[in-house]
Amino acid sequence: MNHRARVNPIACEAHGMCAELLPERITLDEWGYPIIDGAPLENRQVEHAIRAARACPTFALLVERDRAPAPARARRGERRS
Amino acid sequence: MNTLYPMPAEPLTPTAYQRALGLPRLLAGIRAHGALSLEDHVAIHGPLPASGGRGRRRARERASMLVEQIERSGLLGHGGAAFPTATKMRAVAGARGRAIVVVNAAEGEPASRKDRTLLETLPHLVLDGGILAAEAVGADEVIVCACESADIGIESVTRAIEERAAAGSERSPSLHVATVPANYVAGQESALVSYLNGGLAKPTFTPPMPFEQGVRRRPTLINNAETVAHVALIARHGASWFRQLGPPSQPGSMLVTLSGPLAHPGVYEIEHGSSLSSLIQAAGGTTTRVRGALVGGYAGAWVDGDLLSGVALSNEHLVAHGASLGAGVVLLLSEHACPAAETGRLARWLASQSTRQCGPCVHGLDALAMTVQEIAGGIAQAGAGQRIERLASLTARRGACGHPDGAVKLILSALETFEAEFADHAQHGPCDSCARPPEMPMPHRAVSQDASRGARR
Amino acid sequence: MSAQLATVGPSAYWYLTRSTGAVALLLLTLTIVLGVVDVKRWSSPRWPRFVIDSLHRNVSLLALVFLVAHILTSVLDSFASISIVDALVPFVGSYRPFWLGLGAVAFDLILAVLITSLLRARMGFATWRAVHWLTYASWPIAVVHGLGTGSDTSATWLLALSIICMAAVLAAAITRVITGWSENVALRGAALGGAGAFSLFIVLWLPSGPLGSEWARRSGTPTALLPHAHATGKSSGQRK
Repeated sequence: MNHRARVNPIACEAHGMCAELLPERITLDEWGYPIIDGAPLENRQVEHAIRAARACPTFALLVERDRAPAPARARRGERRS
Repeated sequence: MNTLYPMPAEPLTPTAYQRALGLPRLLAGIRAHGALSLEDHVAIHGPLPASGGRGRRRARERASMLVEQIERSGLLGHGGAAFPTATKMRAVAGARGRAIVVVNAAEGEPASRKDRTLLETLPHLVLDGGILAAEAVGADEVIVCACESADIGIESVTRAIEERAAAGSERSPSLHVATVPANYVAGQESALVSYLNGGLAKPTFTPPMPFEQGVRRRPTLINNAETVAHVALIARHGASWFRQLGPPSQPGSMLVTLSGPLAHPGVYEIEHGSSLSSLIQAAGGTTTRVRGALVGGYAGAWVDGDLLSGVALSNEHLVAHGASLGAGVVLLLSEHACPAAETGRLARWLASQSTRQCGPCVHGLDALAMTVQEIAGGIAQAGAGQRIERLASLTARRGACGHPDGAVKLILSALETFEAEFADHAQHGPCDSCARPPEMPMPHRAVSQDASRGARR
Repeated sequence: MSAQLATVGPSAYWYLTRSTGAVALLLLTLTIVLGVVDVKRWSSPRWPRFVIDSLHRNVSLLALVFLVAHILTSVLDSFASISIVDALVPFVGSYRPFWLGLGAVAFDLILAVLITSLLRARMGFATWRAVHWLTYASWPIAVVHGLGTGSDTSATWLLALSIICMAAVLAAAITRVITGWSENVALRGAALGGAGAFSLFIVLWLPSGPLGSEWARRSGTPTALLPHAHATGKSSGQRK
């Protein structure tokens, strides 16, 4: 089961906290918007990713689980139990 | 109404070449002006296939038969994405809630006129297709969406709906017409859904996708107007008939909007895979030499003029040229135009059509337009090429919709195809042709600067 | 009952309610300043964005703690019969009903902001943001409540504290308005006008109001609690 971080580009207002809290996977472009590759998060990164998602003022950062076969649903910074 | 690319003056009678191949199909009986009446439409194509009687079980049986038929026909969407229509229908039919059908004739692509043509001249074909699509997914409502500037088309469809009601054809799905703003991105699926739900015509973040939760939170089937027109004929003549034309990977016929320096620019129906030369020939040939052809519209790619004779109009063949059919747009650029200046203007226009919701799109397209215009104006700083490459990677695939991706693709393709002109302009500045009026259409006002969140620094 | 108790001297609760109120004001001021710093996206290597944001959120929670203490101690203080209802429902109390009531109004607004912030994952961003603007309304109301209800507004330390807090929030608000909302000039003008109007109000009202003579009586202190009500000369002059 993979977790991935994804940004909602419409909600994102370039606050930049995600890049501070998950610098291993998120960098900011020259305009302050996050660049995230789509690769799965490592296990130890998931907790930090969730914290970063909670810190985002506009809830633009999502941590999603791959869930075959239905498309993944995003929860704002929370693990699925 | 876009008067740069008028319909041909004489009726589009099929040439001997086309008739031998079983064309026209969609455009059969079309007149240069005025819509086909219900009577004439039925005379040419036959009546709408029966809905299979009452009863939910029969309706479901008929629906699944229809979807299977469409699947066997291999019909792909004609709105630009070439997504298998049957797959889309199955997704909507399988979603929870009563479905709704949207026939997308918004046609924000400036160089495309096929959907407008269908509404204006063949509204009953479109309505037939919408009704059949509704039955295929169990929808009770069909909304035909047209651009607010397409007065003739809107009037034509409205009258066609009244004609049907007067003729007493009590087919179940209710038919409506809706108008959407004249913007490049307004016809994007989630933007359309957002607008029909009372919001702005701006793309939304997905999931949920329209097929799960769209108009009024119901599963929504969004099909291009041409796609449902094909459905209307497949239901009458069958999947094998449909596959008699075109290659196996992309069967059937398609509508192409051919524009540029031609004797008879306009909307043509061709077999998938036919050569671009034969199409140009059918359009009476070019009136000047052609520097390049833009295939696929403003999210498409350029093909050098010298290579046009080898171009076949199917996605399979176009891949080799880095292009795809998109919404069936082929725009020829004459040798008199300055490709560098046209590209600069186009890049600026594409930036103005951003709905300004996503930072990378707003900043990226703006920076790209500026850099391209600087190169075309001979005032680019050193390293402009690398800057373009970097901007392209920062802009593409980082927005909520495909607009930045398409714009980046077009700009990169132009820089590659017109390398010689751009190099010349970078060194020597603007040429004599730079000041000529634009050959490429750029209508639509900039998307309104309302108080949208996002992309605000 | 109150006459006898008044002779005993101010209870511990009375001191506590003053001090927690003052600290709450300080913390609310700090919250607003941090909020503006946050939305202006200021940061430095030692003060990353997420720290500023967390500070803003945590300071507001700390302010709530002191506010609750402020309310509880004012209720427990038996000098002026303030009930817990008076803390939430404005203008129904017997002790300086209007000025105390302003405190209830401010508290209600702050509660709305805090609750929506704690539940922000469950509401749309636009809703959360709309409610959040109420902070700019709650703060001046809280200040006027403090100046009007407090029995020692004329005390130098409290006056100085109030003025410093007002200056800080004024600076923060002006910064917020001038460098934001570029689309809506009317809104910016209205916000600046509001800030100016409030400042003017304070300047005009303070001297003739809380700092003026017999404010206790004019502000609605029940007659039985007023100092000159006890003609016996027993000292109860702590309250003005």
